[in-house]
Amino acid sequence: MTDTMSPFAGGIVGTPRLRKEDPPLLTGESKFIDDLQLPGALWISLVRSPHAHARIDAIDASAALAVDGVVAVYTGADLEGDWAGPLPCAWPVTDDMKNPAHLPLAVGKANFAGDAVAVVVATSRYAAADGVEGVVVDYEPLEAVVDVRDAASDRLVIHEDCGTNVAYDWELTPDPDGVAAAFQDAVHHVTETYVHQRLIPAPMETRGVAVVPAPHNGDMTLYSSTQIPHVLKVMASLTLGVPEQKLRVVAPSVGGGFGCKLNVYAEELVCMTLANRHGVPVRWTETRTEASTATIQGRAQRQTIELAADADGKLTGVRATLLADMGAYLQLVGPGVPLLGAFLYHGLYDVPVYSFTCRSVFTNLTPTDAYRGAGRPEATYAIERAMDSLAVAVGVGQDEIRSRNFIPTEKFPYDSPAGLIFDSGNYQPTLDRAKELVDWDGRRAEQAERRATGSTMHLGLGISSYVEMCGLAPSRTLAALNYGAGGWESATVRILPTCKVQVVTGATPHGQGHETSWSMIVADRLGVDPDDVEVLHSDTAISPLGMDTYGSRSLSVGGTALWMATDKVVEKARAIAAHMLEASAEDLEFAGGTFTVKGSPDKEVPLAGVAFGAFTAHDLPDGMEPNLEAQVTWDPGNFVFPFGTHIAVVEVDEETGAVELVDYAAVDDCGNQINPMIVEGQLHGGIVQGVAQALWEEAIYDADGQLRSANLADYLVPSAAECIDMKLDHTVTPSPTNPMGVKGIGEAGTIASTPAVMNAVVDALRPMGITDVRMPASPMTVRRAIEAAGGAS
Amino acid sequence: MIPAAVDYVRADSVEAAIAALVEHGDEAKLLAGGQSLLPLMRLRLATPTVLVDVGRATDLAGISVEGDTVSIGALTTHSTLEHSAELAVACPLLAHVASVVGDPAVRHRGTLGGSVAHADPASDLPAAVLALGGTLVVAGPGGTREVAATDFFTGFLESVLGVDEVLTEVRVPVSTGGWSYQKFNRRAQDWAIVGVVVAEGGAGVSLVNMASTPMRATAVEAAVAGGASATDAAAGAADGTEPPTDNQADGAYREHLARVLTARALTAAGR
Repeated sequence: MTDTMSPFAGGIVGTPRLRKEDPPLLTGESKFIDDLQLPGALWISLVRSPHAHARIDAIDASAALAVDGVVAVYTGADLEGDWAGPLPCAWPVTDDMKNPAHLPLAVGKANFAGDAVAVVVATSRYAAADGVEGVVVDYEPLEAVVDVRDAASDRLVIHEDCGTNVAYDWELTPDPDGVAAAFQDAVHHVTETYVHQRLIPAPMETRGVAVVPAPHNGDMTLYSSTQIPHVLKVMASLTLGVPEQKLRVVAPSVGGGFGCKLNVYAEELVCMTLANRHGVPVRWTETRTEASTATIQGRAQRQTIELAADADGKLTGVRATLLADMGAYLQLVGPGVPLLGAFLYHGLYDVPVYSFTCRSVFTNLTPTDAYRGAGRPEATYAIERAMDSLAVAVGVGQDEIRSRNFIPTEKFPYDSPAGLIFDSGNYQPTLDRAKELVDWDGRRAEQAERRATGSTMHLGLGISSYVEMCGLAPSRTLAALNYGAGGWESATVRILPTCKVQVVTGATPHGQGHETSWSMIVADRLGVDPDDVEVLHSDTAISPLGMDTYGSRSLSVGGTALWMATDKVVEKARAIAAHMLEASAEDLEFAGGTFTVKGSPDKEVPLAGVAFGAFTAHDLPDGMEPNLEAQVTWDPGNFVFPFGTHIAVVEVDEETGAVELVDYAAVDDCGNQINPMIVEGQLHGGIVQGVAQALWEEAIYDADGQLRSANLADYLVPSAAECIDMKLDHTVTPSPTNPMGVKGIGEAGTIASTPAVMNAVVDALRPMGITDVRMPASPMTVRRAIEAAGGAS
Repeated sequence: MIPAAVDYVRADSVEAAIAALVEHGDEAKLLAGGQSLLPLMRLRLATPTVLVDVGRATDLAGISVEGDTVSIGALTTHSTLEHSAELAVACPLLAHVASVVGDPAVRHRGTLGGSVAHADPASDLPAAVLALGGTLVVAGPGGTREVAATDFFTGFLESVLGVDEVLTEVRVPVSTGGWSYQKFNRRAQDWAIVGVVVAEGGAGVSLVNMASTPMRATAVEAAVAGGASATDAAAGAADGTEPPTDNQADGAYREHLARVLTARALTAAGR
């Protein structure tokens, strides 16, 4: 709506622009892992435990070795000596966190269905798969722990060395007495328990690895479909003992990640060690079944939230308690996922006191880790669902209860009761606009009319107002949370002799469109054509410094580094231009790609002239280095806090239990926008991914820990046919924490949409006495809830 | 997702296909559009040693209407059925059912004969042929025989087709009476959790995914013939069914859906 504070003047930033990534992607020109041509490469296929929990008594590979094309078979025991350390967990959230040994190939015991126990090496992918059929593993099945409450009871301890299934307990209660008093004095005390089912990230491209060794000089190139080539390089070097300077990691075109490629996986290390052993390239492409069982899953939390409020429904305290499922092992940042939500269970509401506790446990299921939103969707879900309950208890509308509790605009920057500083916010306009977009009053009237006429097609309206913290992250804050790395990002801007521009970024796009957005930022500021800016990334030989892409961090952190590097290169160019124009640098103006002497418009030199002069170095100021290049590493001072309001309108078929989304409005505020088309695309995809948790997706496990939804026929990722036209609008409240005034938008849609839909489903059914429906709200689940409530025939 | 090794034989005619089947026996599987067989092979749930590809036996494709009968070659794709102007007039029910099978990619490769021969109780088209009172033309080494659709399906993914036989043609009567297909699923591309086909105003009613085979809802048909209302006739929709239990639904919920959807289908068909 209003856009009054944009620091951009070049006319490029802020206007929709088609993505330069798309022509090569749409025509198949972009190369993914499986497209790589590697003559002489060996393929591997993993032998995976079919049992969720089993001792490995013996492995007989003789039949596999007889398969034509099979070169070798290694068991976990065979490779145990290859590892300098276990698979890494970089987020030991407490000093006494239990972290069971997690080897790339399990030794002695398999702890989830899909745990790799042996690897077949063969001359083709088909021969490797045939070889797996020939490996006979003698398992002794053990009882599996599949439920978090059962796990927390320690009735059966999975990792004997740990002595308990509890990985850690973590608490954030700055004012315990205040919290106790708030609940003691509360007029309204709402207590709700919600379950977040396990989700499978399901990127379109599954994972894949190819390792190319150079046995004589020791170099090794690891190609991986990963979000984190830089982090992976450090971790793989430590885990395998490969000298870091000899290791190059490349993420080629990556077909989505959603967090599941923010990890260090067994297959990467197995391919590396086998490439060493065999002296030839070794590669692996994940099947969809493996992507469902052996790649991390998301959510998997059981949460209880309590709200204390006064007679008017004004919140006086919030208390949240979590039981989080880590799965069989701790992955790279898995233990930290609940912490990323830990500060946000009071949402965007002004609350004086706050308490959060989390217990994380092991189960015999696939490990969990970051999945789009990572902790923040869970937090938003809890508070937004509970706010609807509070509205009912107080007897006001779902809109009114939120308006009464929004953090007032004048309180920003806001000192949150959890200890954060919310950078900027103006929440009420997003609710007002979203209500307008769905015709809130008209829909309420329609809902009442349907109820009055006895219609079996019930209408439901659900609001979700959210704030999230992203732009991971200030390194000192990460240190305080025990995270094992920093949160900075790096960028280099290099103006070439012909005035074309190379940008090197430490961000690692895998669908986000950074090449386009980064080009726009640089082009806007340098006065060049965006198509004359090339963005290089995702190869540690080209971009050695980076902290990679996740947590909606790339623009607010990596983009800020880019902004500053551009500033730096302009300042150098200004000094050269001043020398060329025989003027003082302070007297030069730079606009539209030309340096002009203030007051003497005929004295000017274009950036192209400066760039060539910097290259020839024939006449530079004394002591100045040739060429125009600048690098900046930026460590943010705070998170950024995007916010907004989403409203879902659903229709529930009482007879079948089917839920249909009939309208959806999203009003988001991510500060200044670089490319509004990309912002909309992130919202479209993010919203659908969150709606999917509400209505469709669930990793369904049986009591034995077997996944019953290990393919895309059984795991219901929605398609375009299930989507509706979303009504998007935005407000602009720039972040004061970075010079561009930007906030992240990659996860906001997912964070906001799940509770909007579930609130709408419950709103439709509330007259029947229904106050909760478990996710996903499948037709049978909804119908059963209706039958149990006695609300229908 | 990597199939086991398999030999491949291309049969350019029905005769060649039968000869290949005779030669390889039950080690062989016929490959038409591949939309059912190939996923099973990729999961190694099916491991034939020989694939006999009839995909280029073009004499098996096409739609013709003569008198009261619509004859459809077994290799006619769902997409062709969906967009056929002739079928839209002669049997709009079948054209509609074809239009809701899977997704566009499946409909462009999948064939009517392949779907019927696969005999999946969760598939849309076998139930439609059943409700329409169709006839299946089967060719084998001894010649050609005709099988009523009601006699064709014998069990889960099983039919009367012999290992050396090829389904060559599907015949349905011209049918322009009231019809409806109520397909209940969670995503457009999915199999029906339950489906109900009504042809000729309720004279033919069949159920998808309510037993080990596609089945006629004979109690409903009888009630309709006896003059019952849509709601009353639908009350018997689950009679004699043995619905499966899976991730999406248990048997009791499927029975409930069958009744609800049958009432809706009969109403939509003008009952």
